[in-house]
Amino acid sequence: MSTFSPTITEPKPRMGGGGGGPVSRFPGGGGGGGRGDDSPDFGETLRRYRLGLAVGLAAVLMLFVSFTSAYIVRQGLGTWDAQTQTYVNDWRPLSLPMGLLMMNTLFILAASFTIEMARRTAFQAAVMAPVVAIPGIAAEKRSPAPWLPLTLLLGFAFLIGQWMAWKELARRGFYLASNPSSSFFYVLTGMHGLHLIGGLIALLYAATIVAFRTRALERKRIIVDITAWYWHFMALLWLYIFALLKFEA
Amino acid sequence: MGLALLLVIWVITFVSSYFFAAHTWWLPPLASATGGAIDAQFNRTFLAMGVVFVAAQAGLGLFVWKYRDRSGTRVEYSHGNTRLEVIWTTLTAILFLGLAAFGAEIWAAERFVPAEPGALAVEATGMQFAWYFRYPGKDGKYGRTLAENVDPSAGAEAAIGLDTTDPTAKDDVVTSTMVVPVNRQVDLTLRSVDVIHSFFVPAMRFKQDAVPGLMIHMHFTPAKEGDYEVACAELCGLGHYKMRAVLRVVSQAEFDNWMAQRVAEKQ
Amino acid sequence: MSNSNGHGAGAAVAHAHAAPTGFIRKYIFSKDHKVIGLQYYFLALTAVWVGMILSLFMRIHLVWPNVPIPLFGEIKPETYLTLLTMHGTIMVFFVLTTAPQGGFGNYVLPIQIGAPDMAFPTLNMLSFWVTFLAFVALIAAFFVAGGAPLGGWTAYAPLSAIPLAGPGQGAGMDLWITSIALFCIASLLGALNFITTTLDLRAKGMTLMRMPLTCWSWFVTAILGLLAFGVLLAAGVLLLLDRNLGTSFFVPGGLNVSGVVIKHKGGSPLLWQHLFWFFGHPEVYIAILPGMGVTSQILSTFARKPIFGYKAMVYAMMAIGILGFVVWGHHMFMSGMSPYSAFAFSIMTMAIGVPSAIKTFNWLGTLWKGKIRFVSPMLFAIGFVSLFVSGGLSGPFLAQPALDIPLHDTFFVVAHFHLIMGVAAIFGIFAATYYWFPKMFGRMMNESLGRIHFFITFIGTYAIFMPMHYEGLAGRPRRYSSLDVVQFLHPMKPLELFITVAAILTIAAQFVFLFNLFWSMFKGKKASDNPWEATTLEWTTATPPPHDNFGGKVPVVNNGPYEYGVPGVARDYVMQTDPPVPAAKH
Repeated sequence: MSTFSPTITEPKPRMGGGGGGPVSRFPGGGGGGGRGDDSPDFGETLRRYRLGLAVGLAAVLMLFVSFTSAYIVRQGLGTWDAQTQTYVNDWRPLSLPMGLLMMNTLFILAASFTIEMARRTAFQAAVMAPVVAIPGIAAEKRSPAPWLPLTLLLGFAFLIGQWMAWKELARRGFYLASNPSSSFFYVLTGMHGLHLIGGLIALLYAATIVAFRTRALERKRIIVDITAWYWHFMALLWLYIFALLKFEA
Repeated sequence: MGLALLLVIWVITFVSSYFFAAHTWWLPPLASATGGAIDAQFNRTFLAMGVVFVAAQAGLGLFVWKYRDRSGTRVEYSHGNTRLEVIWTTLTAILFLGLAAFGAEIWAAERFVPAEPGALAVEATGMQFAWYFRYPGKDGKYGRTLAENVDPSAGAEAAIGLDTTDPTAKDDVVTSTMVVPVNRQVDLTLRSVDVIHSFFVPAMRFKQDAVPGLMIHMHFTPAKEGDYEVACAELCGLGHYKMRAVLRVVSQAEFDNWMAQRVAEKQ
Repeated sequence: MSNSNGHGAGAAVAHAHAAPTGFIRKYIFSKDHKVIGLQYYFLALTAVWVGMILSLFMRIHLVWPNVPIPLFGEIKPETYLTLLTMHGTIMVFFVLTTAPQGGFGNYVLPIQIGAPDMAFPTLNMLSFWVTFLAFVALIAAFFVAGGAPLGGWTAYAPLSAIPLAGPGQGAGMDLWITSIALFCIASLLGALNFITTTLDLRAKGMTLMRMPLTCWSWFVTAILGLLAFGVLLAAGVLLLLDRNLGTSFFVPGGLNVSGVVIKHKGGSPLLWQHLFWFFGHPEVYIAILPGMGVTSQILSTFARKPIFGYKAMVYAMMAIGILGFVVWGHHMFMSGMSPYSAFAFSIMTMAIGVPSAIKTFNWLGTLWKGKIRFVSPMLFAIGFVSLFVSGGLSGPFLAQPALDIPLHDTFFVVAHFHLIMGVAAIFGIFAATYYWFPKMFGRMMNESLGRIHFFITFIGTYAIFMPMHYEGLAGRPRRYSSLDVVQFLHPMKPLELFITVAAILTIAAQFVFLFNLFWSMFKGKKASDNPWEATTLEWTTATPPPHDNFGGKVPVVNNGPYEYGVPGVARDYVMQTDPPVPAAKH
């Protein structure tokens, strides 16, 4: 993914401590320093938020690495069985509700697609904005596809589908405490779902901001960009979890 | 101020080192065959670390006094000395990894090998808050124990949940004192009924956690007759401090006698 | 723009908020890293007093068990274990992981790298308040039915997983886990902020290799936290499930606790230990690294010499950080873990002693041929070195599994970690307090009181913790509420008395610090912008700093952080923003 290259309007960032008088370099009040659409710190702001997200996702990754290692250890574990006076392994493979899980996988991948479209649309809007702002230029007015609301819908569909998968598993007799394999199924999918709900909240926020609030387009772009990457991560994470659970079975 | 610091640091170093060297409070006298190697490694490590301790603290004290701000002195501006860094890093690495290598040999000798064929089998069961010891009897097999049968109020056998319907359990002897013959390796099996405990006999230089869900095999060889206290060394609840037992090391003849009495009591 | 050279901070700021008005925005829900830093600091100050009182009660109980404590009553055996558990938890999390990083890191890092604030100020505010909530949840454990938990701060399963296993293991334990989980989340958010800030907000000229060692320490600490706290969170989630929803991650089958057959099956107590210590070991480096950074900073400042071997110090911190992730098994030598794993962990643990030794050599090298000024922060930094040596040298004993056999879970271990965490790291906090107090509050702390505080605390803590080595060698196990039953403990009673008396005197001396701290805030001598004649960026700006740290002027860095005693320069220090020094190598 190419980073935003500020060739059009971004003036060279002012360096050094000299320069003019006591001009406040640190934007006070308002978004983007109130400098309007061509705020020179936009590219760096985006990079900073992306960096923050990447760092944060490393932490989320460690959470799932921990669950994975617990999963692997537990799967191979033997504990002492008094009756037989031997070590036994009590792991019973799950019968996964594959239909539901595949459907959910499609939902989350589709959501990744739609939010990626939203991200690129926001990119283009931000790039075009200064051009469109030039008096006399009228851009083709096309109402953009509702990518963000679509993602929201798909995200909800995924969650509901997961809930249905849980119910199906329970119907087959696998509850949280039935067997270590089912415990891990609920833990892994549950924790993923929890983080996904966080993503939905971010998505709601992004969709609201984009649709209704007046903000600099660059700021909207950052919000959508970060939300999009988070969602891609959630999709990848789901693929990993699904593969882990499937492979074990 | 520099002088005060030097004196305080040096006095603290001297006093602490004195009590270490004088063995005022020290490891108890050794009573096991395997512990000798541990003690030797201990002394090696102690000597090495002791020298470093005294040198570092003495150096620190000396420097803060010698290099105090006095008129007429100049600072020696320097960002470091790479050669020196390499030298002392290498020396430190050799020291630490050398000690580790020595220690690893001792660990391997004791823990990488199973018990000898003729070792005496004893099982130690930890529970909140007592130890029980079981001898497998003539058949050499430990009988089955079940969580449902655990009842400390009904005697030692019930305390460990012995399943009396199991034929191999019939000759199991369960006691609350661990009696073993001297100079014979003990093949100790550790288990727990509830939470993690730890079987610790300082005089034998022996310690091992008793983990519920696991049957852990360890071995040691008592080398001196006498009574040795067993203390629990893993927090197990309210009565952790009073979970005490006695390891009694006696002559082979005495042991046989004692065992015969226990077997007779069972009839 | 290449990252390593920094970039104009003015152009790079993502956040945008004017100086806040109103009491709530300025002091309660503030996004200003300086206010948040102080909030963390005062939270830690409260926590440390609670933790100290708990340990005082413990010491009194061990030596005078039947004497009732005023306002508290007699301490029963289960209370002792509760005090112990909460003491450890409060100190490790709410003092040692809070004050050095959350407190000083938050306050000083942005200023020292020339930034107007942290990368994400709102997130920063959130981190603090979640930490505060975590503290409230923890203290609440004292007041629920059954009281606070008694499984130690390590909360080994099954003791921590089965409510029946002891008083306090019910609701109290659930609150404990909740508190820790909240703390994990807050710490992860904080780590995110620190890392992003350090990588992205440095002023022009502030290359990574020109950062003060304090910044490096906060940076490495944040990375450790980022990768470790998620593991603890995972463990906590699994433990909560075992306790409340019948899963069996940590609880094996076939247990009988207090006459009740437990229905769990097949879990592993060792799994808890692995997860906990995978977090727990990096945690102790999180607790000590900032103290190391501060010590380097202060030793250099007051010896009027550059730090000896800046690059080696940076690499040593990184090595400690990386190795810190592969040594966790040394807490488990006796656990029933494979003896082969024990061997591997042992080698790695001995290896981690090497970078620690390098740092010690370099601190001594910094003092060598310096011109030492014995102000309070310097006293505590010197104390840190001494205590770190003492505490560190018991490490190689414990790192060898064969020697760990007699020493594991004895007071030898208690001595080891208290000298490093419970004293050296605390000295790091004291040193930082005395050092940055003038910048934070615009006034100087009282020097005489500082000296009294230092000497009593330095001698007192040695008196408390040195004898614990002897007790451990003689076999005294940890977490015993009484020495009466096991007879080989009786000869240690005089040592116990000595330790308790030393503890009482040392705790009393902390009132001197507390008085000095608060009195000086209002009545201390007014401080100049750079009372210590130090070189780093926080000393270039006003005292206390304005809301955006530099009053609108972006600093440009030309020098390394420790240019003291530069030959050919009139003053004996060159600030980082001064014109480039000819002798400066980086």
